[in-house]
Amino acid sequence: MHFTKDHEWVRLDGDVATVGITKHAADQLGDVVFVETPEAGKTVAAKDSFAVVESVKAASDVYAPVSGEVIEGNVALATSPETVNADPEGEGWFAKLKVSDASQLDTLMDRAAYDAFLATL
Amino acid sequence: MSTMNTVGRPTAPVPHQPEHDYKHPTLTGGRGLLQDEHLIFESDGWFKTGVDLPEPRGNGSDLGALVRHDPIGLPGLSEPQAMRHYVRLSQKNHAIDLALYPLGSCTMKHNPRLNEKMARLPGFSDIHPLQPISTVQGALELMDQLAHWLKTLTGMPAVAMSPKAGAHGELCGLMAIRAAHEASGEHARRRKVLVPTSAHGTNPATAAFVGYTVVEVAQTADGRVDVADLASKLGDDVAAIMVTNPNTCGLFERDILEISRLTHEAGAYFYCDGANFNAIVGRVRPGDLGVDAMHINLHKTFSTPHGGGGPGSGPVVLSAALAPFAPAPWVVNDGDSFRLVEREEDEAAQAFGRMCAFNGQMGMFVRALSYMMSHGSDGLRQVAEDAVLNANYIKARLSDVMSAAFPDGPCMHEALFDDSWLEGTDITTLDFAKAMIDEGFHPMTMYFPLVVHGAMLIEPTETESKQELDRFITALRALAAAAKAGDVERFKGAPFHAPLRRLDETRAARAPKLRWSAPEGHNMAAE
Repeated sequence: MHFTKDHEWVRLDGDVATVGITKHAADQLGDVVFVETPEAGKTVAAKDSFAVVESVKAASDVYAPVSGEVIEGNVALATSPETVNADPEGEGWFAKLKVSDASQLDTLMDRAAYDAFLATL
Repeated sequence: MSTMNTVGRPTAPVPHQPEHDYKHPTLTGGRGLLQDEHLIFESDGWFKTGVDLPEPRGNGSDLGALVRHDPIGLPGLSEPQAMRHYVRLSQKNHAIDLALYPLGSCTMKHNPRLNEKMARLPGFSDIHPLQPISTVQGALELMDQLAHWLKTLTGMPAVAMSPKAGAHGELCGLMAIRAAHEASGEHARRRKVLVPTSAHGTNPATAAFVGYTVVEVAQTADGRVDVADLASKLGDDVAAIMVTNPNTCGLFERDILEISRLTHEAGAYFYCDGANFNAIVGRVRPGDLGVDAMHINLHKTFSTPHGGGGPGSGPVVLSAALAPFAPAPWVVNDGDSFRLVEREEDEAAQAFGRMCAFNGQMGMFVRALSYMMSHGSDGLRQVAEDAVLNANYIKARLSDVMSAAFPDGPCMHEALFDDSWLEGTDITTLDFAKAMIDEGFHPMTMYFPLVVHGAMLIEPTETESKQELDRFITALRALAAAAKAGDVERFKGAPFHAPLRRLDETRAARAPKLRWSAPEGHNMAAE
């Protein structure tokens, strides 16, 4: 699993990347009340805003950690946004992307580096 | 023997009564002076009416088959029922007329009653925008005078009076900017608007609504726009920047002249969010800072009611470069009379259109001019000075028990704290705000600006006396002490004394009930 400084995670399986927001991000947001995930077929570039997450405290853009084409958005989050708080790095995933350039993952942090980054915040 | 009056009734309180069990519910659901009240739809008055009107005679209906036969589905109440319903509801709410309302960035200041008196003068209140111009010369003169003073106070050559609130003003400003880029043929290339991370949410929303891509500009550790980051993002693809000054951290942008210079050098326009103009009115003219467009919240800086008390009003001042694109209508003083420029032709040939059907919030124009005239230029200067002084008094008196987000140097009109002082207490900013409700204060703005963790943004405004500020400070210091002493229940359970206890904000957002539907057997269905 890889992480961004904007608190997204990405897990690569073949050329399919599953993307979500980290537990730290979910905890900071508080109770998530609304999630907008991208539709299949949409092409996104790394660092593009491609989803929206809204909690009782704030609304935030979610950025694509890597470039690619959206295969599937997690539509279940529309009716049960609380999944993002309950299982942010599992069932609470936002979208699956067909990655166009897997080497982009090399620029992201691994778990240890992300934890070290969190400690500096 | 106790003192008796002439009819034999004791006049002094009976010495000691056993403590009444407060938790015991009352029969009506009310609590003394606080009446219980249900939804207006739950009243029993579905077929009553407050006014008796005779059945219409004569021509019958022109509606034919469209005539309605079902009940209309609205409650009908007698006048005293309707009156009591709304008075009871109003008593369950906080109001600026009740106590300090320190909602940061919202500027909840006292609305002087003189303004209300002026707004009710029949020459202003009993007119219609479609009346012949010759019969509303006084109203037009007032609009012209207000426009004059707004231009004078901001040092800007033009003003669009019609926008109806802050965000509507932002929309007007960005549409003028877009019109200017279209006129110069650069619109196709300039597709970005730069917005600092601490901006009001309406700024990026407005830019996106007008069709621009929003790019965030970083903030420095001391809460200002990161000029180096701004410079790196400015270019010939940028249409405008949107900066609030003083910003939402309550700080003056020290590099504002450099920001406007860089912006203009890149061929972009400088939109200033004027929501915080009350902190600098009479002291700083935005025109001197290189601003191209700025909305002025009459309902903040110039004290017209808002927040449920009245509509907003957001005139937009414009630089010479943007003035030709100002929306119609506007008032022209021809020397011996006033007229309205209504159509996008002749002197308004380049106007980008119009923002609303008529002239804007006339009632608020009257109140704002009344406020200006009653203060005078020295009074308006003192408004800004006292607003800043009051905020700094709060910052100074609370900084030893709460943590100021930007401790170095003075703040402007609002004092910003973060939640680091609550660390380890298990109490959050939200809990602290709820406990303030129990003390009779409206909470400060919470969790905004987003760049500060657990933000608490306090704006006292200049209309609070030192006595009221001290009362507020004493209460907050006591609450802070209770939080640090580990009295978690007091905060987690708050509010205890409000008409309703802690509300489930999460469920309200996830599953809002937006419609009342008649329960089984409700008499609405009967006729």
